[in-house]
Amino acid sequence: MDAVRNTPAEAAPRKQPLSDRAKAERRLGFWLAGPAFIIMLAVTAYPILLALWDSLFKYRLTAPDDRAFVGLGNYATILTDGLFWRDLGVTVLITVITVVVELILGFALALVMNSALKAVRGWLRTAILVPYGIITVVSAFAWFYAFDINSGYINSWFSWVPGIDPDLNWFADTWTALFVIMASEIWKTTPFISLLLLAGLAQVPGELTEAAEVDGATWWQRMSRVIIPNMKAAIMVAVLFRALDAFRIFDNVYIMTNGAYGTEVLSLLAYRTSITRLEIGMGSAVSVLLFICVIIICFIAIKLFKVDLSGARGGN
Amino acid sequence: MPKDARHWGRSRKGARSAVGVALALGATLLTGCGSDEGAAPTLTWYINPDAGGQAELAKQCSDASNGAYTIETSLLPNDAASQREQLARRLAAGDKSMDIMSLDPPNVPEYAEPGYLAPVPDDVAERTTQGVLEGALAGAKWKDEVVAVPFWANTQILWYRKSVAEAAGLDMSKPVTWDQIIEAAKSQDKYIGVQGARAESMTVWVNALVASAGGTIVENPDASADEIQLGLDSDAGKQAAEVVSTIGKEGLGGPGLPTQTENTSMVQFQGDQGSFMVNYPFVWPATNASVEEGALPESLIDDIGWTLFPAMNEGEDTAPPLGGINLGVGSNSQHPDLAYEAIECIVSPENQAQYFETNGNPPSNEAAYETPGIEETFPMAPTIRDSLELAVPRPQTPYYNEISTGIQQTWTPPSDVNPDTTPATSQEFITEVLRGEKLL
Repeated sequence: MDAVRNTPAEAAPRKQPLSDRAKAERRLGFWLAGPAFIIMLAVTAYPILLALWDSLFKYRLTAPDDRAFVGLGNYATILTDGLFWRDLGVTVLITVITVVVELILGFALALVMNSALKAVRGWLRTAILVPYGIITVVSAFAWFYAFDINSGYINSWFSWVPGIDPDLNWFADTWTALFVIMASEIWKTTPFISLLLLAGLAQVPGELTEAAEVDGATWWQRMSRVIIPNMKAAIMVAVLFRALDAFRIFDNVYIMTNGAYGTEVLSLLAYRTSITRLEIGMGSAVSVLLFICVIIICFIAIKLFKVDLSGARGGN
Repeated sequence: MPKDARHWGRSRKGARSAVGVALALGATLLTGCGSDEGAAPTLTWYINPDAGGQAELAKQCSDASNGAYTIETSLLPNDAASQREQLARRLAAGDKSMDIMSLDPPNVPEYAEPGYLAPVPDDVAERTTQGVLEGALAGAKWKDEVVAVPFWANTQILWYRKSVAEAAGLDMSKPVTWDQIIEAAKSQDKYIGVQGARAESMTVWVNALVASAGGTIVENPDASADEIQLGLDSDAGKQAAEVVSTIGKEGLGGPGLPTQTENTSMVQFQGDQGSFMVNYPFVWPATNASVEEGALPESLIDDIGWTLFPAMNEGEDTAPPLGGINLGVGSNSQHPDLAYEAIECIVSPENQAQYFETNGNPPSNEAAYETPGIEETFPMAPTIRDSLELAVPRPQTPYYNEISTGIQQTWTPPSDVNPDTTPATSQEFITEVLRGEKLL
């Protein structure tokens, strides 16, 4: 109220005092939203703040008496360790490759779904969505068993492909293991991107494409000059969502290699340090760094690429 | 009682009737609690997955207690690392339900050091360690004190295909060395079954190799993290690395070696390329079951032989890996006395023999091997017993997990192991991790 009184009259019109009804509605709003807000604080802000606090200590769960304040010591150890940077590199590599491939495949699938005959459209969408409906852990096991040298069938099915023979141990080498991990990730989440892009395609006004067609634009010109620029918001939202998702990859790596042979990602490092080593301090520091990376990705996407999050809902 | 409450409610109105109802409910609850006090306390036993043997023993011992206690089992995750994680978290959180726990021997010091285990009463320790095989007993101690009760013990023996050994001219009635089996497998163009995956099985193998060569991975196991001295960078470590490196580099472990665990090496051994394999006794019931199902030829059973884990040097004793389960009691358990009473029942030699016969896990008590019928089910029981006498536990230190993970990361894949550099690199890496200077 004071703020309203102090506002110069020429800068903003003087606000009318709230009516009783408006006050009651506002109060009701607080009552309705308050519990959700408190729960959100409890389940998100509290663990984050606790992780920040814990990351300042040398603290091991099975040595509670040896807890010691080390300030930013854990961060110094992590940031000067090659393992952290290697894991970050692997995570970024997986993120970039999977998102790019998913974007291309997802767009192709969205085009197919968009132009499919009405009679088969529903079936097509369902079929494309099947991988996305499978729990990630289950799909990771399925891919693992398919490629495993003992139980897998890939080596015998694809022995005609150069480089693939019965003795190829996919999970014993960084690049072959990463290939399987990324392939399973792409298989699993391309449907998600294709659905988002399909929503974007549906938003492109039909008059624009018709006008371009009448003007004699080729398929490629219509695509690059009319359709893609008009669905930029949907594309950027799809990229942001998937990039965040891919950056936090865990299940596939955990099940297929458990991080062995140069396939470890950041979230697995955080898990191993906190849960397996029971080093709560160091593990919290890794988690905080992972969280900062996620914030940076959000910042880059929203500020630099001007992602309009409302695009995900199909509005402006 | 409810009748009284109704009467009170009629004569008084409003709040008083509510108080009456509350009092009546309270009284009922108190009566309920009173009757519970006479019931047998329920002890929770956190068990590792098996073929139902521990649940059966829990039932038998509950019955035998004549109402003194009832044991309920609670299943831990599948692999040893996840079991350790869950137990450590519960113990650190002061969970009062940790009455009995099935503990992997190398994890015992980690729980004993911060006082998470209830002390074993002297008389219980004396009774339950009588006749326990040397290796198994070593895995139940921390700082020379018995802190857990040995239940069953596990050890690796050398399994071999009689046909391959014969063709290679190897006399398996005498102790064999790693060099001999490497030469034999090479001459017959067969694979040796070892566990080369980046998993705990790698630590088990390296520890056995180093110990067999007369070395030790940790020289002062009860030291603090920054004072631990490692013995990897030694002649014994170099000899161990030579074995791992030769098998890896010469492809003697097969193409699956870098991801091979106990189960996958068994499958390889059962196949046409099988020759020699170091592995636990579960191989025998598993192979028999596969033969009965028709998945493997009957002739395979007659072709399988067994002897002690290979020695590193001719004429010297071998030091086979030790595994198994010890039983511990959480320091926050509300019934430690009853828990130890139950443990005494569970680990009796008769129960250990029963568990061996039904679930294939070898007893830790020598007397159990004398039980009639054991050798019919497990003809290799005497070899297992001899192996347990020689077995050497993995480093018994609260920092075993760090040491084990450090070994896994530096000794895999086996083909990358270099006898001249790997032991020293591994030692330096683990030392830095223990000092908190490096990530793991």
